[in-house]
Amino acid sequence: MDWSAIWLSVRLAVTTTLVLLALGIPLAYWIVYSPARWKFLVESIVALPLVLPPTVLGFYVLVAIGPLSPFGRAYARVAGHGLPFTFEGLLIASVLYSMPFAVQPFAAEFASVDRRLLEASWSLGASRLETFRRVVIPLSVRGLVTGIVLSFAHTLGEFGVVLMVGGNLPGVTRTVSISIYDAVQSLDYASASRTSLLLLIVSFLILTCTYSLQRSVWLKPRR
Amino acid sequence: MAEAAPLGARPPARTLHVAVDQRFASGFAIDARLDVALEPGSMLVLFGPSAAGKTTVLRQIAGLERPDAGTIRFGDDTWCDTTQGVWRPPQSRHVGVVFQEPTLFPHLTVRENIHYGIRVRPRSDPASGSASGFGDRVRPGSDPGQTWVRPHRTVAEIEKILGIQGLEDRYPRALSGGEGQRVALARALAPDPQLLLLDEPFAALDLPTRLRLRREVRTLLQLTGTPAILVTHDRGEALAMGDAVAVLIGGRVRQVGPVSDVFSRPADAAIATSLGIETVVPGRVDGTSDGLVRVAVGAVSVDAAERDPIPNDTAVYVCIRAEDVTLESGASGPASARNHLPALVVSIAHEGPIDRVTLDCGFGLDAVITRRSREELNLAPGAQVTAAIKATSIHLVPRL
Repeated sequence: MDWSAIWLSVRLAVTTTLVLLALGIPLAYWIVYSPARWKFLVESIVALPLVLPPTVLGFYVLVAIGPLSPFGRAYARVAGHGLPFTFEGLLIASVLYSMPFAVQPFAAEFASVDRRLLEASWSLGASRLETFRRVVIPLSVRGLVTGIVLSFAHTLGEFGVVLMVGGNLPGVTRTVSISIYDAVQSLDYASASRTSLLLLIVSFLILTCTYSLQRSVWLKPRR
Repeated sequence: MAEAAPLGARPPARTLHVAVDQRFASGFAIDARLDVALEPGSMLVLFGPSAAGKTTVLRQIAGLERPDAGTIRFGDDTWCDTTQGVWRPPQSRHVGVVFQEPTLFPHLTVRENIHYGIRVRPRSDPASGSASGFGDRVRPGSDPGQTWVRPHRTVAEIEKILGIQGLEDRYPRALSGGEGQRVALARALAPDPQLLLLDEPFAALDLPTRLRLRREVRTLLQLTGTPAILVTHDRGEALAMGDAVAVLIGGRVRQVGPVSDVFSRPADAAIATSLGIETVVPGRVDGTSDGLVRVAVGAVSVDAAERDPIPNDTAVYVCIRAEDVTLESGASGPASARNHLPALVVSIAHEGPIDRVTLDCGFGLDAVITRRSREELNLAPGAQVTAAIKATSIHLVPRL
């Protein structure tokens, strides 16, 4: 089994999930509570990876972070190396690719919190931000867990985007799914089946844990 | 209530000024004008039929909805002034709000719910050693020279009056409707708001609970000195709880005044219809015999049949529907009606086939009779008659 590929995938999935947690909560908050008329545009952009072929997304990310773009050149000047075919480049692509899997469950759960609870909190003197922290977040645990698990599992299994942006450098950008692809290409079916089975079991266990947790009462007292 | 008297000077009444316009897509428009002085601990009832705009006006006072145009001022604080671009969010208005449903935070215990507003808005006065956050302080907005010292009212006291001690560690889902609404009241009062806004808070409760809760709310307001505004379409509730009433019909405030004035002397027919046509006069229970409650109304006394006994000396409103008053010419002999009041005809108003006769029988009393009866009795202003009212037609509302 290609342990370095597995370790890389786990690192990538964990980092992506953390970044999505930091970016996704404010973004979902904005989508739910902003009175801006054009927020449907942002919602559409966030949802794009759901319908776009990963190769198309990967292609644009590759161009955007490469030496052809001002961003790519600026990064290369500061960091001393370019973003394509590095872990950082992979991370940027993964965050964009898994964005809807985090933001959509977050936003759906925020929106389901009874508005009268927010009004009660405001009348009791709590600011909008404090209300979000003390009322909305605790009542959205289910949605947060769902978003976290989905973005983790989705990143773990991504293939097309990684191939476009990261290539296939062992230990740097060769993730589990690419390792499986390589094994099949070189007719090493035994290795491919071991890694595939591992991925299958892990994915199934994660989803099982999530759904069983969602059933339990402590996550969200019924309104 | 002697213990309710604040130490030091009584705080001044504060004027609530509301002049708001709002149009809805449905075509319904609110154009509400209201200027009323709210004494500490007193209650203003915002009364009207459903869909009259009562809740919207209350939400605008709370800062939860913005009027299209207008001003809202409480005392010296301007909460909303669209011409000046002033808008104070609900967080800075220091009002307590209780909705029809107990909107408690489901993830917090009863204790955490009640303390929610206190933790957000701790008392700035470090001199008070009260752990609950209550202490002596100057009410915001009062004149600097007219400081008053608020008695210590702890959360424990509020909980005691509402009878919710012992529920502190429960979650809202384990509470009954009445308990939930009590906790919501405690939560709204705990941060010591300068105004309490109640949006039909008793409507979803069963009758016995509703009656008990009305009394508890009244006690709490007097104890804390918090003025309140109650939205209701229940006339019994308006009579029992209100000191003053503002009648809202079709988005407009049609009449404002003391409860008995407004109910007895509605300014026009539309208001009379929404209130129910009735004479409402204050009286005092003067004894009970054979199931009849004797009530003194000024120098006159009337008998009312009440199912539940009312203790002597209770202040009540005596309610008599104009349809239930029959007129007899001159002095009368015995009849089934218990009350025979000598009366003087003050005026007669013609309302289609019926006439409304306003009488003076020691208190103002309205009767409606057909035009034919009026002609047969030969009634005219100044005529002496006897007003007969069955004891079962006199309804008593104890004042809380």
